[in-house]
Amino acid sequence: MIFKRPSSSDSAPSDSAVEQMVRSHRLRPLELLPWIVVVGAYFVFPEYLPLGSQILIMILFAISLDLILGYAGIITLGHSALFGVGAYAAGIYALHVTGEPLSGLVVAAVAAGIVGFVSGLVILRTHGLTLLMLTLAITFLIAELANKAGFITGGADGLQGIAMQEIFGQFRFDMFGRTAYVYSAVVLFLVWLFARLLVHSPFGRSLTGIRENVTRMHAIGTPVRKRLVTVYTISAMLAGLAGGLLTHTTQFVGLSVLSFERSGEIVIMLILGGIGRLYGAFVGAAVYMIAQDELAKADPVFWYFWIGLLLVLIVMFARGGILGLVDQALRLVRRKP
Amino acid sequence: MIPALETIGLKKSFGALPVANDINFRLAPGARHALIGPNGAGKTTFINLITGRLEPSAGEIKLGGAEITRLSQSGRVKRGLGRTFQINTLFKGLSVLENVTMAVSERHGAGGDMFRFAGSRRDLVEEAYDLLERLRLGNDALLPVKELPYGKQRLVEIAIALGLRPSVLLLDEPAAGVPSAETEIILNVIENLPGDIAVLIIEHDMDLVFRFAKKITVLVQGAVLVEGTPAEIAADARVREVYLGEHSHG
Repeated sequence: MIFKRPSSSDSAPSDSAVEQMVRSHRLRPLELLPWIVVVGAYFVFPEYLPLGSQILIMILFAISLDLILGYAGIITLGHSALFGVGAYAAGIYALHVTGEPLSGLVVAAVAAGIVGFVSGLVILRTHGLTLLMLTLAITFLIAELANKAGFITGGADGLQGIAMQEIFGQFRFDMFGRTAYVYSAVVLFLVWLFARLLVHSPFGRSLTGIRENVTRMHAIGTPVRKRLVTVYTISAMLAGLAGGLLTHTTQFVGLSVLSFERSGEIVIMLILGGIGRLYGAFVGAAVYMIAQDELAKADPVFWYFWIGLLLVLIVMFARGGILGLVDQALRLVRRKP
Repeated sequence: MIPALETIGLKKSFGALPVANDINFRLAPGARHALIGPNGAGKTTFINLITGRLEPSAGEIKLGGAEITRLSQSGRVKRGLGRTFQINTLFKGLSVLENVTMAVSERHGAGGDMFRFAGSRRDLVEEAYDLLERLRLGNDALLPVKELPYGKQRLVEIAIALGLRPSVLLLDEPAAGVPSAETEIILNVIENLPGDIAVLIIEHDMDLVFRFAKKITVLVQGAVLVEGTPAEIAADARVREVYLGEHSHG
């Protein structure tokens, strides 16, 4: 007993609060909905599987961003640098070492993880606008390096002639994109399991604490910078994984993987779906990519207008993104018997 | 006896302006000690030096006899230094229970665990809940902190610090901003703090200081003016002049 109990005890012993918190990480049925959609789409829209793979890869990329932006509150416009490093690492490995995909994914994740760790050590000393500018600067640096180092990256022409081997020596990448879709879905599923564990772990909760009040985190003895560098490195590895998947499924790497536009796009996707809730990545990436596909058919340039308008509405009226709106709607429904 | 906390010749200047001027201070184990002084006396600077938010220009800080002058903030907390803030510094969007669990997890070294669910450490959640019950916050455990009245938020400040099981607890104006109807609850909690914690309270409210403290240090312009029992301080002419004057003549 570390505290003298007040003379009159006023509260009945109730463990419901403890119970509720101890159970907070348990899987809710709704969390399986994305996976029903992922599996269902394979059978219902066989002609859209290449787009489907792209969406799955963007979801993975968005999840990696959510860990640092949504949970730890690190505002970045340089996440494509890590995605791009993963994509190039996978491409170079496939061209010069082996076209075996799974080891290629490991290479992509490790390469991006190293860049994330080293850049994280430097940039996470700063906050706010400085941090934002540094993430941008690092993206420009890496993009320019890739552009100049044509002997290894192919420069402006990109990496061509990548030939992937069968996955597990069994599943060939087919022209309908079936293998690519299943491959992306399985990797995304594993990442989701990991990310879900991470955000519900004490480590993940401490990231939320850092976002909510970094002064207090210092005052309770949290090694704040170590936590931030750790999550930045993890996020970088996942972004690299997404980049590697893109290389494997498209068998091409171009400079656009490192573009500032891609960094901006992924932030938009995440905000659209809802940040700091893991599933915002699923909703945001899917809505954005499908809208882009549909609207671009009508007018390949003008569709940005609609995305812009949608973003304005979301940011002004629905800060929690699409999932935030769903939450509000559910609350209204529950209140009315 | 080794002091729970000690500063030796502690100095800090911002440019040419000295804000801590050769402060020698001792906090005895289990002490009930108050630090008072007029606005701008350097009380908060002193706290920030002790906790490591600021680095001293010269001098030493010892916690339980061990030097901590160059230790990081988190390193000092791990050695038993806890604090509350003058302005609420809480995880506003998280539940009361989660606020305290965060501190308890860090103390147990579990705050960095990645490969298990936070809920699997039931012992930590229970410890945090126990603490809340003792502060009579049990019924508010699941509420987001931002939905609590200000007085109760001040209690959460204290609960988080107690979750660290500190040997030295720094209370920075614990009743600041609390409506007078609710100050009694906070006073009660402070008076019932475990006897083995050395408590240093920084306070403006003289009623609170004289009710709580067994020893008082008066800080003026970054230096210790005088130190003594409440009776000595109340009788000290210099203190009346610089600090209590406005009260006794007002």
